[in-house]
Amino acid sequence: MPVAFTEEERRLTAAVSGELDHHGAKAVMEELDRRIDQALPRQLTLDLGGLTFTDSSGIAVLLRAWRRMSQAGGGMRVVNTPAQADKVFRAAGLGRIIRFE
Amino acid sequence: MKLENHVSLEFPSCSSNEGFARTAAACFAAQLDPTLEEINDVKTAVSEAVTNAIVHAYPDTLGKIVMKLRIREDHSLEIVVRDWGVGIADVEQARTPLFTTGSEERSGMGFTIMESFMDSLKVRSAPGKGTTVTMRRKIARRVGR
Repeated sequence: MPVAFTEEERRLTAAVSGELDHHGAKAVMEELDRRIDQALPRQLTLDLGGLTFTDSSGIAVLLRAWRRMSQAGGGMRVVNTPAQADKVFRAAGLGRIIRFE
Repeated sequence: MKLENHVSLEFPSCSSNEGFARTAAACFAAQLDPTLEEINDVKTAVSEAVTNAIVHAYPDTLGKIVMKLRIREDHSLEIVVRDWGVGIADVEQARTPLFTTGSEERSGMGFTIMESFMDSLKVRSAPGKGTTVTMRRKIARRVGR
């Protein structure tokens, strides 16, 4: 469950690929936590273009990243959400809290 | 002509079996010629039910999970995920969106997702008696493929 990070002037992009389920979620959360703490970005962009599957574990990952960024006084947006993931996030009403572009 | 098929899979409650369970269910459902969306809905619901069993049923140990898949006469898929673990004290509370007895890695949305993606969801459980989750999803018959 690789996450690829790019950083540019306190704008951090995390590209998630593969399947994001309970089995892989903890590692992704920890990696995101670590990079956010390290970079203290103003803006976090989660690029889900390579996400082949997610379930409610993905909801937990997004919410945690959002909380972390809010605490740090930054913003977060999610881009390139595939259809399957989008359906999961909509079922949870995540769009009311998190910015999807 | 009656079309009925079924399979039963037994595996321990390791999280590495979450992906296996999803793929196995998708493989079995393939004979119904589902759309990509229908297959993804099945995989997602299976993932939630199996993950619940793996996370909650057997704290501090590994236990048995059985997933039964059945193709019914009306071209629907029935999925049963069963464990013999700790059970749920208050099923109605457990099914409330955002409710979780898990750690902060859990969103508490598992049952909500299952309800959204399946046509029906039944949860039978009692403390010490384990949990049985039964879901059904009708797969549309496609013409002329």
